[in-house]
Amino acid sequence: MLLNLIGTWVAATLTIAILSFLYKENPLYRVAEHLYVGISAGFAIIYVWSFDVYPMLIQAFQRHLAEGNRAEAWILLIPAGLGLMMLLRSIPKLAWISRWPMSFTIGIGAGLGLVATVQGYLLPQVTDTLRPLVTVNNAVLYVGVISTLLYFYFSREHRGALGAVSRVGIIFIMVAFGANFGYTVMARISLLIGRFYFLLHDWLHVIR
Amino acid sequence: MKFWDTLSGLDRRILYLLLALAVALPLILKPHVAIRTSEPVRRAFNAVESLPEGSVVMISIDYDPSSAPEVQPMLVAILRHCFRRNLKVILTGQLALGLPLGEIALNQVAPEMNKTYGVDYVNIGYRPGYTAMMVGIGREIRDYFQTDYRGVPLDSFEFMRAVHNYRDIGLLVSLAHGGVADAWIIYVGGRFGQRIVVGCTGVNAPNLYQFYSSGQLAGLIGGLQGASEYETLIDRPGSATLGMPAQSVAHGLIILLLCIGNLGFLISRRRKKN
Repeated sequence: MLLNLIGTWVAATLTIAILSFLYKENPLYRVAEHLYVGISAGFAIIYVWSFDVYPMLIQAFQRHLAEGNRAEAWILLIPAGLGLMMLLRSIPKLAWISRWPMSFTIGIGAGLGLVATVQGYLLPQVTDTLRPLVTVNNAVLYVGVISTLLYFYFSREHRGALGAVSRVGIIFIMVAFGANFGYTVMARISLLIGRFYFLLHDWLHVIR
Repeated sequence: MKFWDTLSGLDRRILYLLLALAVALPLILKPHVAIRTSEPVRRAFNAVESLPEGSVVMISIDYDPSSAPEVQPMLVAILRHCFRRNLKVILTGQLALGLPLGEIALNQVAPEMNKTYGVDYVNIGYRPGYTAMMVGIGREIRDYFQTDYRGVPLDSFEFMRAVHNYRDIGLLVSLAHGGVADAWIIYVGGRFGQRIVVGCTGVNAPNLYQFYSSGQLAGLIGGLQGASEYETLIDRPGSATLGMPAQSVAHGLIILLLCIGNLGFLISRRRKKN
């Protein structure tokens, strides 16, 4: 109970410290900002250790050895070694070694992503775009896709018919930007509501 | 003319104060705002509603405290819905800072619905490198999660013994504030045909409608508005519903300020031309 109370007061103080930036930059804001960065980094390190390095490397190594699976135990030294090589980035003279695990990671990412992007993104989206031209919505979809694609066609100067179509493309792009911006405003206001709800409900108990 | 000059030179801190009042007063006064449910949220609700009793729902916490005001009400509402339908919940997370939010929601909802850890739900925790993990679970979940987040072996939980890969998961729910939801759709939906519902922040929602439109998503819950709609559908108003009047008033204020600002700009420009 007491811990909860202390936690609420600390969170409320930090919230006000961050919001004080709206008035002007001040030391209280900077303290809160640095605390946030530091605590987030510390928390992430603890999580990676607890949920990744310790159970999946150290415990797994011990378990495999105890079960007599020597090959499966020793193979864990390869990712451990690659992980240590990655840390060498912080030593300028040995930083080049970190390129090996980096290329390994990029290779894995590209390999996974290549198939997945075609299978899970490109094909379903293209399939969904090729709709029968029987409704106004579908016609608008066709006009939007074709005009936007032509706007990004830079091999010919945007004049004449191409210029007219690409100007239609700009309108579609602007509508998309507008929708994005509107949602972004909604999201930011939601965050403000969340903080005010916390201050008025959990801290000041004005809202029941 | 002086009026418009004064307005255009207004200290921005006055606008902040107006916005603060626009948010705080509706929260305190709690005016009633009717919430209409939209098709994407109704379909998300139906995706949970249509699952047979005892089915497994995997909920992935793909957001952190910076998005909690928008996404946390979705998690609470979905957990209530799952537990009411007697569905089994597996909680996981792709962001280290997000997992405690999942634990907070479980500690809030499970006791009020009389649900027991290990029997009705488990929290399997977090693993870095989410794309490889997403694909790996398609073969065997134990390749990545031998234990829950407390270190208890997964096979010691009865319902988890029958869960090996996506074939054993009825619905995947990604509550996300970034690109992780896209990864679930592309890597898991595309490759394994997993049914997916996404709950996301308002910033992400427009980019996810394409997946909803193409049928790659079983439902989409966008922003605080989406969360309040889900709360309405389960007939259990929560913090999202409480926030909607404030959202409406704040939006009204922003639209008003946009109109005044542009009007002032046009008048000043015309005056300069003359």
